[in-house]
Parts: sequence; C-alpha cells; structure tokens
Amino acid sequence: MDALQLSLAHPLRSFGLELELEVGAETLALVGPSGAGKTTVLRAVAGLLHPQRGRVAVNGRVWLDTERAIDVPPERRSVGLVFQEYALFPHMTVAQNVAYGGTARAAELLESLGLTALVRARPAELSGGERQRVALARALARDPAVLLLDEPLSALDAHTRAHVRAELREALGRLRLPTILVTHDFEDAAALGERIGVIVEGKIVQLGTAADLIALPVSPFVAEFAGLNFLRGVARARDDGLTEVVLEEGTRLLSTDPGSGPVGVVVYPWEVALALEAPVDSTQNHVRAPISTLVPVANRVRVRVGPLTAEITAASAERLGLEPGRTVVASFKATGTRLVELG
Amino acid sequence: MRRAFDLLLVVALAILLGFLLLPLLALFLRVSPGTLFAQLGSDVALDALWVTVKTGLIAHVLVVGLGTPAAYLLGTRQFRGRSFVLTAIELPLVLPPAVAGIALIAAFGRRGLLGGKLEAAGITISLTQAAVVLAVAFVASPFYLRQAIEAFASVDRALLDASRTLGSGPFRTFRRVALPLAAGGLGAGSVLAWARGTGEFGATIMFAGSLQGVTQTLPLAIYAQLDQDQTVAIAVGALLVLVSLAVLVSVKFLPSWTRFSSA
Repeated sequence: MDALQLSLAHPLRSFGLELELEVGAETLALVGPSGAGKTTVLRAVAGLLHPQRGRVAVNGRVWLDTERAIDVPPERRSVGLVFQEYALFPHMTVAQNVAYGGTARAAELLESLGLTALVRARPAELSGGERQRVALARALARDPAVLLLDEPLSALDAHTRAHVRAELREALGRLRLPTILVTHDFEDAAALGERIGVIVEGKIVQLGTAADLIALPVSPFVAEFAGLNFLRGVARARDDGLTEVVLEEGTRLLSTDPGSGPVGVVVYPWEVALALEAPVDSTQNHVRAPISTLVPVANRVRVRVGPLTAEITAASAERLGLEPGRTVVASFKATGTRLVELG
Repeated sequence: MRRAFDLLLVVALAILLGFLLLPLLALFLRVSPGTLFAQLGSDVALDALWVTVKTGLIAHVLVVGLGTPAAYLLGTRQFRGRSFVLTAIELPLVLPPAVAGIALIAAFGRRGLLGGKLEAAGITISLTQAAVVLAVAFVASPFYLRQAIEAFASVDRALLDASRTLGSGPFRTFRRVALPLAAGGLGAGSVLAWARGTGEFGATIMFAGSLQGVTQTLPLAIYAQLDQDQTVAIAVGALLVLVSLAVLVSVKFLPSWTRFSSA
C-alpha cells in the first residue's frame, strides 16, 4: 500500500490544479515553472490550504476528504514541512526552534545534522546551509509520517547549493519517509527525487525517473526542464529507412527513429558539436546559425545556436573563439536524434 | 549665493525650534523648581494624579485586553468588510474631541442610547469615574489598534504556518510566535495609547465633568487651576511635559529592543 495517497482539485489564478499522486517510502520531486501549483500541493497536504475538492490519506488515515467533510487541522496532521525560506522562528535559538514541535528526538536530530555547536545561535546568525539543516531538523522533530520540502535549495547561493544538496540527499536516503519535494530546478529534482513529476499549469504532464524523462520527454516543457532541445516538426519515412523531419522554420533533419506526422525532436545538448564550417564527418544533421547566448555552467558552456542548445567544454569554446553573433554550424548524428510522436 | 541659502535654512530652523521650545521651557522657568515641587504636593495635583493613573490603568487594560485579539484578527486575516472596520477604528483619531464628548453623551449619557437602559438598571455612567475610563478608552484605543494591527501584519505568515505544521494550534501559535514577534510594535502602541489617554481633555470634561478627586484628571486640573492658582497649573503642566518626553523616548527605542531579523 502506498503511504501517501493524494487527489486534489483546486482553482488557481488562470487554471485549475488537478492531480492524483501516490507516494511510497520514496522522494517524489515535483518540478515545474513557478506558479504551476507545486506549492499548493504541499500546502494542501499540510492542511494549510483547503482545496475545493480532494482526498489526502496517509497510511490509511484520512486527513482530508471533501466529500465526507473531513479536514484535519495542520497541527493534528503528522507532517514535516520545510518552507521555502525555511521560516525559522527568529526569536528562538536553534535548539528552541528544533524542540518547538517535539522534544523527544530533538537532541538526536541536532547531533545527526551536525548542529550541536549551533544550539544557542539564533537564525539570523546562521549561514544558508545551516538554516536549511535547522529547518529539516525542526520538521523531523515531530517524527512526521510525511515530509514536504518546498524549494529547499532555492534560498542558497550556487556555491553552497551543491554541498547542501548532497547532504540533503544523504539525509533523505536515511529517512525513507514518503517525501514530496518541490523545485523548479531539474538538476535538484534528478539528484534528490527517485521519481520526478513534471507539473505544468496544475497538471502532471509526466511522471517517471530522471532517466525516463531525459530519454523520452513528452512535451517541450519536460524537455526544457531537463535542459534538452525539443524542436517541433513534421516527420516522413524515407526509402533508405531513415526518417526526415522538416522543422517549423524549414530546417531538414534526419533521425534513425521511426515516425510520421507531427513530432517532437529531442536532441541532447551534449551530443551537439559546434564548428566554424560544416564538418566532413559522419554527422548528418547540420544547423547553421549565429550564436545568441553563451552561458558558462561549471567547466562547460551552453551555447545557443538558432533553435538549438549545444553543451561543449569551456576549453573548446575558447579554442573556437565563440562569441555572440558569430555564425557557427551545429552538427549532430541521426542516431542521436530522438523522435516523440505528438499525434 | 549658496552660503546665503544655507543661512536661510538655519535661520528658519532656529526660529521654529525657538517657537516650539520656548513655551515648554517657560513652564520650568516661570516659577522656581522648589515651588514646582511644592505645588505638585498640593491636594489638587495629587488627587488629579491619582485619578489619572487609576482611570488610565483601567482604560489601558480594556484597550490592550480587547485590542490585542482584535488587532491579531485584523492583521492576519483577510475578510469581507475588513477595510471598513479599519476605517471605523481610525475614525476617533481624526474626530474633534468635542464630537467625541457629545457622542459619548449620546450613547452613555443619562438619556443616551444605552445610558437610558443602564440608568433604569441603576447604573449611572456620566459624571463618574467610569465616564473618564470610557472617554480615555475611546480616544486612546485607535492609537494602540493601529500599531498592533501593523505589528501583527508584519509577522511573516510562513512563521505562523510553520507553527501549525509543528503541532501548535491557533492559540499556542499566537502565544509563542505572533505575540513575541509583534511585541515591539505592541509596546510602542501601548505607550502611545497611554500618552494619548493621559492627555485626554475635551471628551472627558464634557462627559465626565471635572470633579476634584473623582473625575478631575491632570489636564482638567490644569484648566481648573488656571484662574485659581496658576502655579499649580504650571507645576502639573511641567509634570506632563516630562511624562510626554519619557513616552517619546521610549517609543523611539522600544521597537528596536525586541525586533528580530528573520533574514
């Protein structure tokens, strides 16, 4: 039996939130653009929001059932919620914050999350990563049946983020609680979630592992969140067994995937090579266009060329003298061109 | 050219400052400090002090006791008619004191809306100490409410939500999170309301009268002594200047004692 069962329907500003989820002893990451309704889901599970229609049950106990007029108040649900900006009580010390919800496990949690030295500090004196750990300890001190994390890493700078993410991943792995984590960052979702639900305008458009989503994104949103290229076009089978796709702006591409009619073309940025002239090699797909942006990501650079994003090493970008406005040729193999039927 | 302009600014400030401070200084310079002290010990001054403190305390308990929960409701919830309520609460702030006085008489006077019924039940309010308490509470409560609403409204809603998810019901959340975080603003509002209540004159003299030892507060004593013994009036005035100064200083510094940064 799944630990957390959830079905919700609630009107938001310009669309309706409508979803059903089952979360076992795992971390489910909900990703999606801001305003897609991710936080609303967490608030409904915690009892801070009263959805128009819905049912929330945890380990067989019903917290919400609008049909039977059941709506258990937040303080009587067994939920640990880590707020986006952590919402630590500024007038209490770290120890008081953690003990606020329950004292039984407080000492043990302070110890296991490495907060022992900070027990007397107030939140204003803590770094972002420390606040995150205090918020997690406080949420766990009640021994909750469900853990909810609202953008747990977004308040951190890029430097501490990777470190805190690794810590959080380890902590979640130890806990094995039904956990819903909300993020707008696919990397965070892939690192922390065993499954990822992509939520767009209140609905889950795809639910699967990070590998599933990268292999076969069902929509441009999913592809965009996964950092993939997703181009729309019309496919036609050729006599030589390859599929030809004519993109909306006229470019012709080849793929080894079968397909016909309207399709989405998925190309992984790390499979796109850039050159100053069309290369003479085995790649069959070439897109010539000026560079619009260059964004460094760690030791790589994401280069936007026409409709495509290519990810190359910083060293290569420098060797080729890439800069915005310069026209280059982006090449990728027909075997690396995935087709998704959009029927 | 620039120097002349600077000079103009300084002269304007000097004239204004002199105009504002001269009357206050005059209170302390007109009669010797010895006389001031002696006159504060007079029956009239002591009676007025006692009446002011007693009625002020009772009014303050009413204002803070009812105002705090009301302000929590107004500061943390959105509901239909909220802005109407906010405006209604602020009305006594801009109301001329004479209007407040006649309004209280119309409501609680012997033949007033409620006063008539109370009278029938054997309870008289007008011209008693209860009338002083009502007049003070009427004019002072908006000062407390305004500050208190703002103080509660500026408490991060996420903190209240966090408290709920951590197992605290609405009352414990109010007591352990909202109240301590709003304490600075509540203290400032409380001091301001106390100051306004202490200085209350117009509504009190109309509704409660000016009976020494019963309804004569410090400001009323000043007025009553004006044509009898001006040194008493001046001594009481000097006392109120010091009280006002203390209020001003404490309001300036109170909020910073208890303010926490959640950033």
